[in-house]
Formats: sequence, C-alpha cells, structure tokens
Amino acid sequence: MTSREHLLAQTFVELADTLVANFDVIDFLHTLASRSVELIDASAAGIMLADQRGNLRVMASSTEEARLMELFELQNNEGPCLDCFRSGSPVAEVDPAAMSRAWPAFTPRLHELGFTSAQAIPLRLRDETIGALNLFRRTPGPLSPTDQAIGQALADVATVGLMQERAIAARDLLAEQLHGALNSRILLEQAKGVLAERTGLQMDEAFVLMRTHARTTRGRLSDIAAAVIAGHIDDALRAAIVSRQAT
Amino acid sequence: MCLMDSVVSLPSHDQAQVPRPRVAEILRSIVDDSGGRTTLPDRLCRECVTALSVSEVGLALMSAEGPNGSIVVASASAARGLEELQFTLGEGPGVDASRNGRPVLEPDLLETPPTRWPGFAYAAVAAGFRAIFAFPLQVGAIRLGALDLYRDTPGSLSPAELSDAWAFADAATLMLLNLQGDDNGSTHPALMAAFDDRAQVHQATGMISVQLDVILADALLRLRAHAYAAERSILDVAADVVGRRMRFDNSEKGSSTADRSWPVEER
Repeated sequence: MTSREHLLAQTFVELADTLVANFDVIDFLHTLASRSVELIDASAAGIMLADQRGNLRVMASSTEEARLMELFELQNNEGPCLDCFRSGSPVAEVDPAAMSRAWPAFTPRLHELGFTSAQAIPLRLRDETIGALNLFRRTPGPLSPTDQAIGQALADVATVGLMQERAIAARDLLAEQLHGALNSRILLEQAKGVLAERTGLQMDEAFVLMRTHARTTRGRLSDIAAAVIAGHIDDALRAAIVSRQAT
Repeated sequence: MCLMDSVVSLPSHDQAQVPRPRVAEILRSIVDDSGGRTTLPDRLCRECVTALSVSEVGLALMSAEGPNGSIVVASASAARGLEELQFTLGEGPGVDASRNGRPVLEPDLLETPPTRWPGFAYAAVAAGFRAIFAFPLQVGAIRLGALDLYRDTPGSLSPAELSDAWAFADAATLMLLNLQGDDNGSTHPALMAAFDDRAQVHQATGMISVQLDVILADALLRLRAHAYAAERSILDVAADVVGRRMRFDNSEKGSSTADRSWPVEER
C-alpha cells in the first residue's frame, strides 16, 4: 500500500469512527476538510452545508483563507460552491476567462489570495444535495482523475454520515416530543385531581378553571398545572376558584 | 416523516443485528393492510402473533416516568389484562425491559424466582401463560416502553424468532415515532385515545395526594397497593376516587370529611 492509500484507508476509518457515539458534526467536518487537503492536490478545503431552510452555511475550513473565500461566496451569492450545491454536480472550471465570466466578483478575490482555481464536489445522496466540499488549488489545470475520485469518495462517506446524524436527531426529537406530550397530559390530569380535591369542584370544572386562567394570563397550561400541584397559585386563580365555588 | 424513510435511520442493536429489510417488511404489511378500522398498533400486534410462536402480544408506551406513565396501546384481551397489571403493580417484564433497555426472556414462568415479580408472575400463570419475552422500545437513551410477547407453552424463542421479535420491537418504535410525527408535533389521536383510558388514574392520583398530603408518586403507590390488595383493577378504583365514592386517609378507616378550605397558598 502506498502512503496515500494508507492515509485514505485511515481517513475512512476515522470518518466512520466518528459515526459511532458522541457524533460531533463540526469535528467530523474538520476531519474531512483537513484530510481532503492531505489526500488531494489542493491547498485548502472547506465545507458548506445547507441549513433547514436550504441556506448554505460555512461549516469547516482547513485554513482561514478557505473560510474567507467561502464567506465571500455566500455574501456575493456567486461561486463554484453555490453552483455545485444548486446543480448537485461537481464544478471543475479551471479556465481563468471562463471563471471570470461565471463568477466576476469571486474570481479576482480568489486570485488575490494566490489560488488558481476553486473546485467543488457535491455532498449528495441520491436526489438530495446537503452541501458541498470545496477545494482551493494553487496548481493550474484540472484535478487528476484519481484526485477527483478520492474527493467524491470523501464527499460520499461524509454525506452518509451527516444524513445518518440528521435522521437520528430527527428521531430523537420525535421521541422527546412523544414523552413531552405524555408527561404534560399526565401532569394536567394530576393537577385536575389536586384542584378538584382541594376545591370540591368537578373534574371538568377544574380543567376549565386552569385553561381559562392560562388563556387570560397567556401562560402555559402545563405551567399552571405544575403550580397547582406544587400548591402555588396566584391571586387571579384563587379569585376564579372562589367565584366558581360560590356558584 | 415517511414511515418507510425512517427505516433507513434505524440503529443496530447491541443485542442483535436486526435485518432492516425485515423491519421495513413489517411496517409495509401493517401500513398496507387497510381492512377494517383497526389501528396501526393493533395491526402490529396481530402481525407479531402471526409471525412468532406466541399466543398474545402487548404493547406498552411509557412516559419519561417509566411505568408510572405507561399506557397500553394495543393487545389481545388476556395480554391487555396483564399489561394493566404491570401498570397497577409497577412491576413486570415489560417494565424491566423498558427500564433497563434490555430484553427480558422468561422461557418458563414456573422457574422464575418468586421474588422477581411477586405479584405479576402469579397472575400471568393464572391467566394461562408460561413464557414471556419483553423487548424495549428505545430511541438512543430515551425509553418509550416495551413490546411484550406472551406464550401459553414454556420454551425459549429460537434464534430466528428472537431476531424477528427485535424486528417487531424496532418496527413498533418507528411506528410510535411516526404516529408522533404525523401531525406537526402534536400527538396522534390513536396514542392519545389510549391515554384517555388512563386519565382517571392520574386524576385520582392528584386527589389522593391531597387526601393523604403526600407527593404524587406516593399517591400512585397507595392507589396501586389498594387496587392490588382489593383485587380490583386500578382503573375501577380510580373511577371510585374520582366519583368521590371512595377516599384515602392516613387512618385507613376509609372515610373522612373533605377539606374544602382551599384555596391556601402553602400547606
């Protein structure tokens, strides 16, 4: 195995490793950015990901220059990374004239920082593109076919990892919501029991009292239920109870 | 969130590698079967009975409070009674499976040490069951409940059945999450309807906590203890408390005058 093959294998293991437990997205993406530079003929690398609304954000960069270039792309709404994300296809334009036509603001800035080209590889699984890997290069000409293939392989493994992390996060959220819904229902029923027992009111009257109080005070029903259970009620609820008891 | 999409995100179990295609197959079969007015949880339990060598299946959904907040989502009649009993007692294989995040496999209840589930094991045998296998419904560290398999003959599950049972537990977990995610964050009526059956237990718990001047958890314990000692369903006892036909007091005499002096700020 050549040293590059060895590093490549090691990188895949490293990326897969982060998927197991305590997945940290930022750490994962930094690993991807720095390994991309070591494995591919590129001087700097950066990763942008789309947020829930589909807006790209700079997530990780191997150098400060790469980070600045990516932010510049977002500010000016032009550049290879954006094109790559929008089309879902690699962007590998290296001809200076074509680059200047495609990205009139971006290209001179890129050259100022000493880069000859910026190429982008989509982070994509089937129909869904979630971001892009950007490679900033000082070497003229296109990436070698091997480098292109390695870049795509790194992007693919990262995409699978990120998609898995998102799916797990979505699942955890649903499970939390389900628990939350059950717990607040239990709390509410218990509070109805406490209030009914304390006041001699019927169960549904107790509920109406708490709900009305929540609406008039713009408070949350579950907070009021918790207060009733704890025995802390404010004057308004106390007055409502007294007037209800009188009827 | 689509039910089928979520299969992709299923994590593998430490205990067993569940073939994901099987989980997808189970979900597909319960979604496709549109006959009748049965709910998804009902159909999942029925599929499970058909696929495995078990007699009945119970599905208990639990809140973060564990068995204190458990609701029975679906099961056949005898299993439903045992799910209710696990709730009444706060003990049983499903309770343990959910609490510990591990399956509970009891191939012969007559061999189960009596100290394990003093109340539950006897009742399960009396109901005609000899083996019980309970699987946790778990999402990461979040425990959602248990899938309980009841069988009227002793004996272990075969390795293939064990793997299939895990697939059903995973399918049940995804189904619950899907029901939760169905309606923009609000909980699906099918789950809440099951909860409503239990509402009086929690109302009675609130009332008893005032009657005895104890915290809610202790009030529920007292309610449970009374139901078990009186050999009544906890739902029936709760209905009596809510209907003010029954009060708890510390003298254990059974009746005392109601304290109608509230509102008070602190006791």
